[in-house]
Amino acid sequence: MAGSVRVTMTVNGAQQSAEVEPRLLLVHFLRETLGLTGTHVGCDTSNCGACTVHLNGEAIKSCTLLAAQADGAEIKTIEGMGQEGALHPLQEAFWEHHGLQCGYCTPGMIMASADLLERNPKPNEEEVREALAGNLCRCTGYHNIVKAVIAASETTA
Amino acid sequence: MSATAAEPWIGRPLKRKEDPRLIMGRARYIDDINAVGQLWAAFVRSPEAHARIASIDTSEAKAFPGVHAVFTGNDLDLEAPLPMAWVPPGVEVKNPPHWSLAKDEVHHVGDPVALVIGSDRYAVVDAAQLVSVEYDPLPVVVDLEKAYEGGDLVHADLGTNQCHEWSLGGGDLDAGFAAADVVVERRIVNHRTAGAAIEPRGVLADYRAGSLTLTSSTQVPHFLRLFLALQLGISEDRIRAIAPEVGGGFGSKLQIYGEEIALAWASRKLERPIKWVESRTEGMLATHHGRDQIAYTKIGATRDGKITAYHTKILQDLGAYLMLLTPTIPSLGAFVMSGVYDIPAVQTDIVGVFTNKMPTDAIRGAGRPEATHQIELMIDQLADELGMDRLELRRKNFMRPESFPHETAIGVVYDSGDYPKALDTLLELADLDAIKAAAPAGKLRGIGYSTYTEICGLAPSRVTGPSGFGLQTGLWESAMVRVHITGAVTVYTGTSPHGQGLETTMAQIVAQRLGCDPQNVEVIHGDTGTGPQGLGTYGSRSTAVGGESVARATAKIVDKARQIVAHQLEAAVDDVELSGDKFSVKGSPDKGMTIGEISMAAYIPENLPEGMEPGLEELAFYDPENFVFPFGAHGCVVEVDPDTGNVDVVKYAAVDDCGPAINPKIIDGQVHGGIVHAIGQALFERIHYDDEGQLVTSNFADYALPSAADVPSFDLDRTETPSPVNSLGVKGIGEAGTIAASPAITNAVLDALRPLGVTFINMPLGPQRVWEAIQEAKA
Amino acid sequence: MIPAEFDYVAPASLDDALKALADGGEDAKVLAGGHSLIPLMKLRMAAPSLIVDLRQLGELKAVSEDNGTIRLGALVTHHTVATGGFGLVSAAAATIADQQVRNMGTIGGTLAHGDPASDMPAVLLAYEGSVLIRGSGGEREVAAADLFEDFLTTAVGEGEILTEVRFPKLDGYGYGYEKFNRRQEDWAMVAVSALVKKGADGTAEDVRIGLTHMGSVPLRATAAEDALRGKPLNAESIAAAAELAAEGTEPPADLNASQDYKRHLARVLTRRALTTAAS
Repeated sequence: MAGSVRVTMTVNGAQQSAEVEPRLLLVHFLRETLGLTGTHVGCDTSNCGACTVHLNGEAIKSCTLLAAQADGAEIKTIEGMGQEGALHPLQEAFWEHHGLQCGYCTPGMIMASADLLERNPKPNEEEVREALAGNLCRCTGYHNIVKAVIAASETTA
Repeated sequence: MSATAAEPWIGRPLKRKEDPRLIMGRARYIDDINAVGQLWAAFVRSPEAHARIASIDTSEAKAFPGVHAVFTGNDLDLEAPLPMAWVPPGVEVKNPPHWSLAKDEVHHVGDPVALVIGSDRYAVVDAAQLVSVEYDPLPVVVDLEKAYEGGDLVHADLGTNQCHEWSLGGGDLDAGFAAADVVVERRIVNHRTAGAAIEPRGVLADYRAGSLTLTSSTQVPHFLRLFLALQLGISEDRIRAIAPEVGGGFGSKLQIYGEEIALAWASRKLERPIKWVESRTEGMLATHHGRDQIAYTKIGATRDGKITAYHTKILQDLGAYLMLLTPTIPSLGAFVMSGVYDIPAVQTDIVGVFTNKMPTDAIRGAGRPEATHQIELMIDQLADELGMDRLELRRKNFMRPESFPHETAIGVVYDSGDYPKALDTLLELADLDAIKAAAPAGKLRGIGYSTYTEICGLAPSRVTGPSGFGLQTGLWESAMVRVHITGAVTVYTGTSPHGQGLETTMAQIVAQRLGCDPQNVEVIHGDTGTGPQGLGTYGSRSTAVGGESVARATAKIVDKARQIVAHQLEAAVDDVELSGDKFSVKGSPDKGMTIGEISMAAYIPENLPEGMEPGLEELAFYDPENFVFPFGAHGCVVEVDPDTGNVDVVKYAAVDDCGPAINPKIIDGQVHGGIVHAIGQALFERIHYDDEGQLVTSNFADYALPSAADVPSFDLDRTETPSPVNSLGVKGIGEAGTIAASPAITNAVLDALRPLGVTFINMPLGPQRVWEAIQEAKA
Repeated sequence: MIPAEFDYVAPASLDDALKALADGGEDAKVLAGGHSLIPLMKLRMAAPSLIVDLRQLGELKAVSEDNGTIRLGALVTHHTVATGGFGLVSAAAATIADQQVRNMGTIGGTLAHGDPASDMPAVLLAYEGSVLIRGSGGEREVAAADLFEDFLTTAVGEGEILTEVRFPKLDGYGYGYEKFNRRQEDWAMVAVSALVKKGADGTAEDVRIGLTHMGSVPLRATAAEDALRGKPLNAESIAAAAELAAEGTEPPADLNASQDYKRHLARVLTRRALTTAAS
């Protein structure tokens, strides 16, 4: 029986600490230890991107990271992006432009899009599509997701 | 906000009501829900495609820390095997027993053989690896055509791999082909795909004190409750089935899965809540697949392009067992086999064939994409043979707009349609010829069209039911509309949406008819414990059947509201009508009551008409008189790199007609997603088993769903031809894009390759296949 | 899908990491970004007993340049490489999987893993770069040509850590990177790295061609290189050289690409990559 490790990280601005199995994936730490279920799991192979969160400001796939690897890191999840009445511009744009249907891929899409806009505040369509190559959606055909990301880029300075 | 005559709620592209919880990460999907005292389950699955189970040793797994129980097939004392719901009159359908856990033999890789239950999500996966199963391998049947011919058997006791034969035809086929100057025959393969909803399936079974609550990522909670009752021998009243937020289905969650039954059984046995969520690998192995048929198709026409006869023989790969609707799927296509064309003789002959693979069943479109793919490919092939323009040939054979309702050769009555108008609108929408002409040096561009119809709004029961098509169920839908004392409204629908935006669409229907704000209309779905009986979401039925039942329940509310208003304002009932947000008396628009005021009067019943019950709540069940038949015209330009065989979609334009749009934004979204689903099949996706029956494409690295980087944006338009079938005039739209798009892509690739001498090609059009086709044409 | 159990340490120094590896024995594994190893562990195709996580080793995250050599610490991420302006190395890194993977995956990790379908091995080979490997016995520099031994097998031995990657700057070389895959986020079906140095007379003074996924290890297309070296750089000579790109290769076939098709792709992509590199 393997031992446990203590992990401490800042998640959506709040410090969190827990004793966990070394093999605990970051996505399960967020979902099950912290109850932040907005981050989803859609595959086993780092393809779908539903588990995308920010680690120290950059988008990563939290299903391909041990919670232990994130020790000391700053994590941001969809729950940290905006609140009722004070949505993040990307959340507003996904809503306005119907950039989601079943909503399962949506948190990952929004987190990946936020990473893009951080590096490239005014992306064109091709840049948006390339930046989202690691996020799969089965409902929307991506048309409105792309539209939403570009709209969000236009609302932010 | 309120609607006015000039600005009604129906037809407005409102933002969706369901979105706030989804964009904030606050929705509750199955994996977000846990019960106090919950255990976790893991399934042990067969690595063999066909084998006798010689022995199962569970002792090591049972001894693993945290494990509560390990069950095998013979432990599960269920009342019946898993259900199959089709008994077509006069047709023998061989249905081998299919159990939640295999009993003596496994028939496909991924067939579950044991269930491990323990206290920790991670530990049950470890323990499942300790279950030791000895298999005696049996011959494996993979190839569909070989399986059809005989040889090794999937189920030895059946004596054949052929499950059933089913035919549908009309008109004089022999005379039709005799009258033809040209006959074209092709073998058209429609390969196996996965629904691949991004949310994996999951189940939480919670049996306590004689009652079962089963939460599952299902499209059909009501059917699930019924079959749980039948399988477990629990009275239906003691079962509540809940579909929570469901992360996409595309038909793959229109099923009664063994995992649902096994978890319910185990929860009763252990008297503990138990949860299981599939891994993606499990999902690829053991969530039903779709398509997988080979059609031998023959079309005849006169020299001037009038089609005289159409025949197709379809081999359907059923996989190893019959699940809920497995053998019916190709038959759904047979109802629209001749597409939008007026063909005097049409015949479809289907043979269902067992193989050692995961069963196939409904995946977005279910039989209609296959049928449309066939006819639309054959039209292009025929045009080629005749030397006639593809669109001219289509126009020549379109059912005429004035002929609707149009009875086809096989006796199906298409409700409404205007096919020339859809095609004209498409040609105005995008100049595909100009885009084709702008091909860069070294690249080949081609145009593909698909003018399609489909049959949906699944119902009517008298046609689909036991003495008709043979489904052992009705296909009506229900709705209950409850106006609260404040005028806020709750709608309970029997449908079970999972991404389609029905909460918004239905709220718009109600708001339009009650003069209230759709923001104050809550739509509750997916819970057998809260609403009336219902049937679920599939077959593009949720608006055409479910929405109409909402409209009808709302109409009953309106009737009662008008009586209350007439009584209180001392007017004639016939003179009360909705104007803006008030039910007012004709000619005196200032004299009226809002739905809130009416509701107050109904719940504080001091002044109601004599004998009227208090309250304002109505129920409606709706069973339509006919299916509905959406249609449209899709066109695209693809670019082929002849050096590599790579295909890119450069432009995709689509005109769809689903009757009057309730929410155009939602309709466009359905079309976008539908098109990409079909582009995925045409260019990227493929479920592949090797010769040993091993699944080669068992995860999202190997099963290639297209990403945003792999597809274009779309140009969409609509025509609106109302259906006479329902009061909203609406038709389904959830599957239309998928039904239309794969032949448009394939025809475009063929158009691009024709200068190189390639005349026919089957999907999937991956680069190697396209490159090989070019090499063969050169040789 | 979840990994089997293991023990975990994140040492504060390279020496501690080496000691932990030595103590862990043959089932101990080094973790950098984890984007090769963790997926294998989740699918239970790898089950190390001990994970030695290098994340605390800041010295392995350094990027520097001296004497015409680009030195990249093993923990430098693909994203950093992609945006670092390192010519072909950056161009290839920018095509790895997707942004999230590039943010986490590392150049040292991908080279030590040695997957012939991954992008960086053939690039390193074409550059004739090298890696530094540290073990209990000290440090050694291993040339790219000696690094990749077999499928997923590199010269990084048990108890050793790849610490640094070195690329010569190759000033004066043009480059081209051609990667062919089904979807943008996929592994290469075939990829070709080309480096061409044009002489004063317009002939090819030097030609380097790396082949990805054309064997169990990354390869050089030596026949094609030889055919072009010293020749004028024009469409005909490039096409003639590219025809030799698949000479002697035994590429691994899979569902989507046969051996013949991959050899054909190697020729097409080589022509394209050389054309870009020569322009």
